[in-house]
Amino acid sequence: MTNEALQNLISSWIPELEFTEEGSQFLNISVKPDQLHQLLSKLKSNTETSFDYLFCLTGIDYEKAMGIVYHLESTTHRHIIVVKVQTEDRENPTFDSVCDIWRTAEFHEREVFDFFGIKFNNHPNLKRLFLTEDWDGFPLRKDYVDEINMVIK
Amino acid sequence: MDTNIANSNLKSEDYFINMGPQHPATHGVLRLLLTIDGEIIKKVEPDLGYIHRSIEKMCERDSYQQIVHLTDRMDYLSSHINNEAVCLTVENALQLEIPDRVKVIRTIIGELTRIASHTLWWGVMGMDVGALTTYFYGFRDREMINDIFEETCGARLTMNYNIPGGLMFDIHPNFVKRTKEFIAHFKTKLPEYDTLLTGNVIFQKRMKGVGILTKEDAISFGASGPVGRGSGYSCDVRKHHPYSALDKVTFNEALKTDGDSFARYQVRIEEMWESMSIIEQLIDNIPEGDVQVATNAVIKLPKGEFYQKVETARGELGVYINSTGTKNPYRLKFRSPGFSNLSLLNHIAVGGKIGDLVASMATLDLVIPDIDR
Repeated sequence: MTNEALQNLISSWIPELEFTEEGSQFLNISVKPDQLHQLLSKLKSNTETSFDYLFCLTGIDYEKAMGIVYHLESTTHRHIIVVKVQTEDRENPTFDSVCDIWRTAEFHEREVFDFFGIKFNNHPNLKRLFLTEDWDGFPLRKDYVDEINMVIK
Repeated sequence: MDTNIANSNLKSEDYFINMGPQHPATHGVLRLLLTIDGEIIKKVEPDLGYIHRSIEKMCERDSYQQIVHLTDRMDYLSSHINNEAVCLTVENALQLEIPDRVKVIRTIIGELTRIASHTLWWGVMGMDVGALTTYFYGFRDREMINDIFEETCGARLTMNYNIPGGLMFDIHPNFVKRTKEFIAHFKTKLPEYDTLLTGNVIFQKRMKGVGILTKEDAISFGASGPVGRGSGYSCDVRKHHPYSALDKVTFNEALKTDGDSFARYQVRIEEMWESMSIIEQLIDNIPEGDVQVATNAVIKLPKGEFYQKVETARGELGVYINSTGTKNPYRLKFRSPGFSNLSLLNHIAVGGKIGDLVASMATLDLVIPDIDR
């Protein structure tokens, strides 16, 4: 499907989504956290979109907000879409887990939890993946400071 | 006294053993926490991070030229292709027109890298299942490729031959001759691999029907590379999203539908033949021209998000750059193939024996620095 057709179809499911192609080679959708799981599960199950391959899941610290970027591809239709979600709660950022939709998300979400401190509801095994359990802080956050291990410019 | 243990009050508990972080079959510092019942595996839990260097955080500090040098420390057996991934992302973001000569040379060296990686994998995978001889045969052939790299790039493993905008310098005058010599040599040696190992009955019994992954699970777990293709999942980035000179060559995507360890093994052997065919199509037709286009000494990407995927020897490597228009990326993420391929290890190993886990893991072809980053 073309980006335009995708946008028309997806906006008919959930009206308040924001679409943009500016500054990206893919179609980007911004979704509110409470509609995230509903949208992603529809993107996979609908036969016209059929986004069955989550190829990248990235956590981002936007400084004013914490966010996740999902890169999705369909292995039957070969179209690609990007879904973004943000929350302004830096103390306790939480999103719904998508482990039940794509099993690869289990490891990717643990990685995001490890480096950004973003929690995921309904994740089967949410604990640190790379760092030790007693590690203090979340290293990929922009305000993280480690005076011993970080080379500061 | 009740002599029947099953009916007695004796408490039974799961038995845990550690595999790694120094186990030879993990090929690096990976620790697997196994829950076992006798010899049967009930759960495999990978414990990562022994070689985590926080490359993504370092990238946020470094310039785009410097980032290229970090990437060959991830999957060191695909170092050239990793470098290429970052260079392509930066070049696409800057909308640079890359000379055809660069594209062809990148593709040839990329395929040589793939053969070098697969020969090493073949050697150590034989060793993992008890066939020590393969190790020496694999390394013999890989040595010739490393010599070619040494001559042209100045390094044998972490080549750093790519820069944003092209190549560091032109190929060595001997490059074409020695590559052709290697292809002629390897065409007579690759059938030996089949004679030595593929047809071996003991080997086949270790591999067939072991570590089965269905196509649906492969897609759901984000499997890529030979792991996905062994399950009949067409996931070759070179086919679906061709980059550099890969749109100018014809080759078959190696696909097997069995989904077991033996299928993944066969895919890699077939891929070596395909890589040789790609090199043969390009080696006589390297276009003349420059090997670099000029870039600013300080590269600043425009504001926006850029994504590039390439096919390394292990599968799909993705580079995601979020730029705010400065000389450093705001956020850079590497979607590494080994990370997703490792996540399915528990799924394919449960219910099997510990020896089968070693065989399955060998066909996942894990490189730990690629997973830990």
